[in-house]
Amino acid sequence: MSAPVALPRWADVVVLPLVNLAMALLVAGAVVAMIGQDPGQVLSLMIRGAFGSARGFSYTLYYTTTFIFTGLAVAVAAHGGLFNIGAEGQATLGGLGAGLVALWLAETLPAAVVLPLMLVASAAFGAAWALVPAYLQAYRGSHIVITTIMFNFIAYTLLVYLLVNVLKAPGSMSVESAPFAEAAFLPTLHEALARIGIEWPSSPLNLSFILALIATAAVYLYLWRTRAGYRLRTVGSSAGVAEYAGIRPAHQMMIAMAISGALAGMVGMNEIAGVNRRLLLDFVAGAGFTGIAVAMMGRNHPAGILVASLLFGALFQGGAEVGFEMPSFSRDMVVTLQGFVILFSGAMAYVLAPALSRLIHGIPGIGKRGTA
Amino acid sequence: MNEHPAPVRAAPPIAVRMDGIHKRFGAVRANDDVTLAIASGTVHALVGENGAGKSTLMSVLYGMYAPNAGSIEVFGKPVQLRSTHDAIAAGIGMVHQHFMLVDTLTALENIMLGAEPHALLRRAERMVRPRLTELMESTGLRVALDARVGDLPVGDRQRLEILKVLFRGAKVLILDEPTAVLTPQETAHLFTVLSRLRDQGTTVILITHKLDEVMRLADRVTVMRGGRVVDERAVADTSAALLAEAMVGRKVNIGRPSGVEVAPGEVVLDARGLKVIDALGVTRLHGVDLALRARQIVGVAGVSGNGQSELLEVLSGLLVPQAGTLLLAGETFAPTRWLTPRTARRLRLAHVPEDRHARAMVLDFAAWESGVLGYEGLPVYSGGGFLRRRRMRGDTDAMMERFDVRPRAPELASGNFSGGNQQKLVLARELGQAPRVLIVGQPTRGVDIGAIEFIHGQLRVMREAGCAILLVSSELDEILTLADRVLVMNAGRITGERAIEACTEAELGMLMAATAHAEPAGAAA
Repeated sequence: MSAPVALPRWADVVVLPLVNLAMALLVAGAVVAMIGQDPGQVLSLMIRGAFGSARGFSYTLYYTTTFIFTGLAVAVAAHGGLFNIGAEGQATLGGLGAGLVALWLAETLPAAVVLPLMLVASAAFGAAWALVPAYLQAYRGSHIVITTIMFNFIAYTLLVYLLVNVLKAPGSMSVESAPFAEAAFLPTLHEALARIGIEWPSSPLNLSFILALIATAAVYLYLWRTRAGYRLRTVGSSAGVAEYAGIRPAHQMMIAMAISGALAGMVGMNEIAGVNRRLLLDFVAGAGFTGIAVAMMGRNHPAGILVASLLFGALFQGGAEVGFEMPSFSRDMVVTLQGFVILFSGAMAYVLAPALSRLIHGIPGIGKRGTA
Repeated sequence: MNEHPAPVRAAPPIAVRMDGIHKRFGAVRANDDVTLAIASGTVHALVGENGAGKSTLMSVLYGMYAPNAGSIEVFGKPVQLRSTHDAIAAGIGMVHQHFMLVDTLTALENIMLGAEPHALLRRAERMVRPRLTELMESTGLRVALDARVGDLPVGDRQRLEILKVLFRGAKVLILDEPTAVLTPQETAHLFTVLSRLRDQGTTVILITHKLDEVMRLADRVTVMRGGRVVDERAVADTSAALLAEAMVGRKVNIGRPSGVEVAPGEVVLDARGLKVIDALGVTRLHGVDLALRARQIVGVAGVSGNGQSELLEVLSGLLVPQAGTLLLAGETFAPTRWLTPRTARRLRLAHVPEDRHARAMVLDFAAWESGVLGYEGLPVYSGGGFLRRRRMRGDTDAMMERFDVRPRAPELASGNFSGGNQQKLVLARELGQAPRVLIVGQPTRGVDIGAIEFIHGQLRVMREAGCAILLVSSELDEILTLADRVLVMNAGRITGERAIEACTEAELGMLMAATAHAEPAGAAA
């Protein structure tokens, strides 16, 4: 037993994540150097790739959008004391919901009707997919970590089945649906800006980014300003206290998972309605799991998740750029880099906290300020 | 080594010397230049209100906190205590208020845990058993070594904890509130053992808030207040009243105010035949009958784990009994449709739970969030689904002022208040809704002496205002101080009922202890 870690809030929220990020970059840099590349060049390429041009930045924000949704999904569940590992599957179902509406209605109805319906469907499908494990946890005691993991596989298999057997376009060889009619296209940023006469380089960034920002604000309001959020956080902190207060924990778990699943499902709006514009396999591409790291790094707070999503978005876009510019720097190295950031910022988020605490309390005049 | 046979008046050697200890937590000075010398082979009591710094000081001595300044000597040798391992190596052992035992292991396995002399458990047990038997013989701490800890009564668990510490070679024994969970009889036994250990040369440091125990057992006493030592003297030169005054810094009146008699009113809660069988099939309540009248405090005495917790939970709607009926405010409840906590609040039954942290407040929440817990649905606190945060903050601030909750900081996390202040906040919340029935469990557990006086006063005010109060407490003194009628619970039954005038501590103690060991006492947790 050593002295307990007590970090002032500002250090916990700002300094520690930065230190973790620096550590990740340091270790990643060492690996890059080991394979004979220049870490400085890689880093500068990454930063330039992610933020250096309007096009690169748009790509970064496109990745960010998906991570915001999955990060918020994990965070809402976490505030209810639940570890939702199923954002991947819920996002898959969300895409399916959006896709089904698009295939069914977009030929006949205008975009003003189809797009809201797709949004509702993506959220509803994601929520429904999350509610099954939630029910099993709340009323039957099946552990939600296990069930949500399993539901990821089931979601994937379901999508494969539907695409191969039901939705595949006639005469096509690839496992994907027919392209949607135009009414189901969520406008990309450059399309939207072109309509009001502003030129913007083409990128997958679409209006679901705004949706993500609205969702972030809504999650904040829900958790800290509403009675429902208050009750959810009570349950998440202690089921015993909740019972005493007349709050039914099972009920709140269902609500939390429904919201969590709905948020994850909205990934479908970004990837299916905004970018691919047809239903296909693997469009979530691990974002559900990255969402766990995003939520951890963002301390389950919407503002933190926004920042963490931007970081991971930059990492994905910058990494892709590095792979493009330096052919000897393989795709696997990019994944390795991302892995280090997830490792240090997510899994090992508090490993460096004791050292940082000693450092801060060692400097006279700083340590005192935080706890006041 | 250098232990003395008995407490010798002429300057026995010093076992522990702590010199100029400073320990800060942020801006709070938990220990402010504390100097303490404890003579070898004595019982030294450390008393003070909650937050006086005594637990912090002992945590420093046990290597759990590093002090910001100061030095420690153990048996004349300067030591650096960086961890509990260092402290144990220096011969210091601590028995915590909450037992650190694994319920599913046997007593012997618990003692060995972390100090196994051999990698093969069977061989280790063979090595440990004779040493333990010898230790039990010499100290009088007898425990059934092969019993599962989960099956042992609380008194045995405590002896086991002490045995565990002595087995690791402790020459200095720190006991943190050791009698909080014991019956008067078990306490007496513990004191016999401690006196014997002292006579054999062990140094005992006793952290407590029960001053009569200090007077009965200790040789010297140190009083702490606000992180400083305010008094230190031989027990022979002081009295409980003087110590109380030193602890609080003013005169305190704890005890029954004479003369004020209130005639009890009509029955407002009537429970009959309450029967509870827990998940393991153990019957916790065997058909308990209970009536609460307006303007009356009914005290329930008993050793923890004899059904009091279940009684509190059944009456407050947290637990549905297998059989029984409840009449409250004109509504009748049966197990098929039992009272819920929400209905209870609607019928103006307030509940102050015995375990604050597990029930009464969310430790991560700001005080103003915990300050409306359970009442957040009232129109004053939320409208249209949104919280009325200004109102919540304002009301919490008013509660904190009325109940003198310190620090008066509605934004501070509930978990950062001391136990007494947390309890005052919970009481302020529950009493603030003007309840007709008040169910209170252990209102002063872990609460310091100044706050006890205040809390007792508030409960009396509630009674005079016409409230019917059920008070469950493991502190017999508290029941004798507050109650108008006393029930004794034992093994899930009410085994005695007395008007307060007819109660004697000895008789209640006998009723409490009669068959107290017949059933495992795990339910209190």
